[in-house]
Amino acid sequence: MNASTSPSPPGLPGAFPVSDTDLSALHAQLAARAESAGLLDLAYRTIDSPVGTLLLAATPAGLVRVAFASEDHDQVLAALASQISPRILNAPQRLDDAARELDEYFSGTRRQFDLPLDFQLSAGFRRAVLSQLPTIGYGHTASYAQVAAAAGRPRAVRAAGTACALNPLPVVVPCHRVVRSDGSVGRYRGGPAAKQLLLNLEAAA
Amino acid sequence: MITKPPFEAIVSRHGPMVLRVCRAVLGWADADDAWSETFLAALRAYPDLPADANVEAWLVTIAHRKAIDVTRATARRAVPLADLPERPAADQAGPADLDLRNALAALPRKQREAVAYHYLAGLPYQEVAAIIGGSAEAARRAASDGIAKLRHSYPKTGDFS
Repeated sequence: MNASTSPSPPGLPGAFPVSDTDLSALHAQLAARAESAGLLDLAYRTIDSPVGTLLLAATPAGLVRVAFASEDHDQVLAALASQISPRILNAPQRLDDAARELDEYFSGTRRQFDLPLDFQLSAGFRRAVLSQLPTIGYGHTASYAQVAAAAGRPRAVRAAGTACALNPLPVVVPCHRVVRSDGSVGRYRGGPAAKQLLLNLEAAA
Repeated sequence: MITKPPFEAIVSRHGPMVLRVCRAVLGWADADDAWSETFLAALRAYPDLPADANVEAWLVTIAHRKAIDVTRATARRAVPLADLPERPAADQAGPADLDLRNALAALPRKQREAVAYHYLAGLPYQEVAAIIGGSAEAARRAASDGIAKLRHSYPKTGDFS
């Protein structure tokens, strides 16, 4: 990238060392200033959970994406950059409430989420399906056919399944409570094992 | 079609270089301000940056303008105390590094900028010239004059010719 042939003075960069401490303090300050200037279109952080590391991303309107590690968080962020905005920073503060409520959920002390949600990544029938899911109570399940009917298109069972499988807000919007009529768990963004783990968690609490 | 990476990737990839450049051009005390102003302005403009733009040159261009702003602001609230000492214990620098920093700080601004943008940011002289003004040849001369003076006032780095 340096097309010139000038020799680099070896002492020079070494005279200006940059420590991780310096950078993380500056980064935190940048995130706070970006937030108050209204420039932080997307804030994200990760949390540890029994279903692996979860990526949480929020717009100013609310939580917009929850992603499992199996989805590759870098790829998820790259997709959000093109779908919503590239103004993205690792800025945990906006996600404090979401992180706390998820912690409570995974420890069995929370049965429903009380968070502002941004559904902009889903449209049409898929969005209609997702908006029905919170009506399935904690510890209960529904079939894809029941969800399709509740969303107003009783014959669109397959489309209801796709809507659940592509839920951008898994765990918080409980698509894991939708199972096949034969009793098997069905598709899940975090894999069937994660889905089963959430169903077991809710059954035990 | 090149997709634009999340801004977080820009900060983590180029944040250290921009901080080094700000420290070289402004000194330690004002560098943090310039860094923050640079990345805040960059975040604002980022959606409009062409996906194939040279990100380093773009960031250094912004940092250059912000450094000028910071210098003006500092001059307005100037305390008549020339040559304040470097902020102590801000880093692990040895005395040799401090000597080199002071020698760089003593250069005329244009030479200091040319040295920082070429040697610390890695920009070719064509890009350096676009930022500081003048021709690529003049930028090359400013940097080499600067390096010659550093070597003169700080002979231990004479091996960096």
